[in-house]
Amino acid sequence: MSAPLQAVSPGVAQGVAPALEGLAPSGAAPRPALSPHLARLEAESIYIIREVAAEFGNPVMLYSIGKDSAVMLHLARKAFFPGPLPFPLLHVDTRWKFREMITFRDAIAARYGLELLTHVNPEGAARGIDPFTSGSALHTQVMKTEGLKQALEKWKFDGAFGGARRDEEKSRAKERIFSHRTAAHAWEPRNQRPELWSLFNTRIARGESMRVFPLSNWTELDVWQYILAEDIPVVPLYFARERPVVERDGALIMVDDGRMPLLPGETPQMRLVRFRTLGCYPLTGAVESSATSLQDIIAELMASRASERQGRVIDHDDQASMERKKREGYF
Amino acid sequence: MNAPNNAVNVSDNLASLAPFPQNRPADRGLLRFLTCGSVDDGKSTLIGRLLHETKSILEDQLSALQKDSRRHGTTGEDLDLALLVDGLEAEREQGITIDVAYRFFATPRRSFIVADTPGHEQYTRNMATGASNSDLAILLVDARKGLLTQTRRHAVIASLLGIRHVVLAVNKIDLVGFDQAVFARIVADFQAFAAPLGFVDVTAIPLSARFGDNVAAPSPAMPWYDGPTLVEHLETVEVDADRSGAPFRMPVQWVNRPNLDFRGFSGTIASGRIGVGDEVVVASSGHGSRVARIVTFDGDLPEAAAGDAVTIVLADEIDAPRGEMLAPPKARPALSTRFMARLVWMAEDALKPGRSFLLKTGARTVPATVTRLASALDVDRYEDGAAEALPLNGIGLVEVQTSAQVAIDPYAENRVTGAFILIDRFTNGTVAAGMVTEPLGGPNVHLHGFDVDRAVRSAQKNQRPLVVWFTGLPGSGKSTIANLVERRLVAAGRHTMLLDGDSLRIGLNSDLGFDAASRAENIRRAGEVARLMMEAGLVVLCAFVSPFRADRDRLREAVGDGAFVEVFVDTPVDVCAERDPKGLYARAKAGGISDFTGIGQDYEAPQAAEITLRPGDGGAERLADMVLAAIEPRIAGDGQTSEDSAAL
Repeated sequence: MSAPLQAVSPGVAQGVAPALEGLAPSGAAPRPALSPHLARLEAESIYIIREVAAEFGNPVMLYSIGKDSAVMLHLARKAFFPGPLPFPLLHVDTRWKFREMITFRDAIAARYGLELLTHVNPEGAARGIDPFTSGSALHTQVMKTEGLKQALEKWKFDGAFGGARRDEEKSRAKERIFSHRTAAHAWEPRNQRPELWSLFNTRIARGESMRVFPLSNWTELDVWQYILAEDIPVVPLYFARERPVVERDGALIMVDDGRMPLLPGETPQMRLVRFRTLGCYPLTGAVESSATSLQDIIAELMASRASERQGRVIDHDDQASMERKKREGYF
Repeated sequence: MNAPNNAVNVSDNLASLAPFPQNRPADRGLLRFLTCGSVDDGKSTLIGRLLHETKSILEDQLSALQKDSRRHGTTGEDLDLALLVDGLEAEREQGITIDVAYRFFATPRRSFIVADTPGHEQYTRNMATGASNSDLAILLVDARKGLLTQTRRHAVIASLLGIRHVVLAVNKIDLVGFDQAVFARIVADFQAFAAPLGFVDVTAIPLSARFGDNVAAPSPAMPWYDGPTLVEHLETVEVDADRSGAPFRMPVQWVNRPNLDFRGFSGTIASGRIGVGDEVVVASSGHGSRVARIVTFDGDLPEAAAGDAVTIVLADEIDAPRGEMLAPPKARPALSTRFMARLVWMAEDALKPGRSFLLKTGARTVPATVTRLASALDVDRYEDGAAEALPLNGIGLVEVQTSAQVAIDPYAENRVTGAFILIDRFTNGTVAAGMVTEPLGGPNVHLHGFDVDRAVRSAQKNQRPLVVWFTGLPGSGKSTIANLVERRLVAAGRHTMLLDGDSLRIGLNSDLGFDAASRAENIRRAGEVARLMMEAGLVVLCAFVSPFRADRDRLREAVGDGAFVEVFVDTPVDVCAERDPKGLYARAKAGGISDFTGIGQDYEAPQAAEITLRPGDGGAERLADMVLAAIEPRIAGDGQTSEDSAAL
């Protein structure tokens, strides 16, 4: 295996665009074959992605910039090679994503010539919703869940890919790969269609839609091993470096810009940290880590004793909170 | 055969009798299995145990589990491992699993996806769902209770869905004092029951999910058991042989055509292997070519095998739209509109024959009708018996009629191309899982890809072919009007044919009676003849009572909506009886004819006929004018083929 991504090594982490240039397609050097189980996961995901492109009138890929989205996008590029992606990407921006995520998003879209749509909930923005004064629950509800619904309705998308995995959380484990949503975007856990073989029932009534999760059967470890094997660019925030953080309610929150109000006694400190998941920076806890390469991350993961969602503030709101959010239309 | 105190092998499969090789490659790929058993057999606990033993439970999940155990647990102060896998709020409170949940764990040797399926009788559909994608089933048995009706039911469903590898996990062995005799008796019971189910291997393991005996480590409490632990068996069992051994099949999922220089057929290889230079045919057209390239993002491949998602470029320009299947010319799938199949019925309202659905197999979705319920399976006795309807969770043998040809294989030979689902046309729900048992309509019927097709034939005649279907009561005037229409078409230089009920019943259909089933077959044959004549480029006028709406709707689907014109000759029954040109009404009223439409049998009027003719609109000449006015523009060629008329 060649060295991990130059592009995202911490030394050049702030300069994503030039770093991507360094990622010219390795082309000539053939990669070692994928392990049998990653090859099978890859093929199954490609099948799902092609099925959506073939059966939906107006599909879209929700691109959240994180590692799962990176893998999903890579699989989609494989599915339609040598043709272009037959659907656009959509990013629902809450205005509180890490700055490096936005830079990375735009660099990736430019590099692969992708059609990238972005949407910010205009009412939420006008009301000045933010994670600090409005609270994490309201911020997520308005900027993420409502914003997503608005975007799907605005462009009339009938099938939307998401990067969720069943291993992330208990209620996700029972979700279908093709998950039917009512015209009001609600998920009905009692009324799911059985999914037999790989014969996906894609039929929907007018106004209804389908959320489709091609990575359903991947684990966090699969995702990282695949990123390593396939040389997929990811946001540098996943790699450890010295970053300004404050400790708040047991989580390490990175001070990503001047909008973060510091509480009395809080002083940002430089600590060697990285992120296991990426979202809105005030809601995403960093972990202390010295993992600066993909191999380091995988080694850390294999020895790890905490799940990736631990850093997510919203999941802790209360028991079974994810299931409730999904019923309301959270992805 | 091993002694009953060991891993039990129902067949004489040598591979599983062999000692476990020590030098396995590190990555044995992915094994999908499902767990099933009755309520309280301990499925969730076993999965929780597997996750725990393979270090798949992380610290924060463990602390959440400790909290949950105190709140909902049933194991006192101990961790309740079952709570780790029960997902949705409602079922967490009920203490039962009600849906299929998927879990993931890995050992250094293999990765696993577990489908956790419920034990409740009413959730057979979930078990079938889990089984459809699994290669192995763990059947849990409570050592205190032995085999239950549910255990047998689950074994049968696993077998029907093509699972050939079974682990009989005799759980809660601690609660019977680790008694070897109890284990041996359960194993013997299962062997007797499972003998006809066609499992390739059955491995029985005595274990305790709660305490971990024989799950990942051999149990010191059971020195009498010297077979593999559950984890060891799962890591080493061989399941992949079948898929790559079958003939090559690839449903075309997506035609990849980014520019004029590239046209590839994308899909996932369902079975077998394919290499560059190999000959293939498009199953339903019969057109053949050779594989020029096997394209992937990572470069071209010299060959590819079952499970690979590829894009195949053929040497010749032939058509293979989505829904087609590529196959070797010498080992083609059956091409059929009629086949027998096992159905697992999954909807609340029972299935009755005659109902119409959408059928999806491979990348193909076609209208289909369940025309006959041959039998229903009594799962507990493993016997087929007569049935009028198939209730929720019922398993039946049915005859399916599709409105267009589909390429299929028996499910026993191919778990991909032999499988289908039925979709309700109104709710869009998935209402049945189907497994083809036998294609009907003659063995080895394969369409040859002829060069002259309907478009060529109709261009030669300078007309667009059409089927004009006259329906109405006996004596309504169908044949009279059709006759007038044909005379004028011929006078205008059109190429035509007229079919009517009597002329077909004298010859082709002389074996048929007048009961509902015979009438349906009469119409099906008439429709096939009409379709063939339309393929010849003709305007086909058909005059048939055809009293049943479903029969006519099937015709419309078989012919193709754009080329089918339904003419309802809406003459009231008293007018028909008054005319009675053949004296039939008089005989029927006198009791001389049973099943006479309009008297003994209902006529279902069309709901959306293209043309409706009423006697009040004028005499036969005037009504024929109305038909001509409506069909002439559709026949007028302008050099276009009938494919274009679909857009009209």
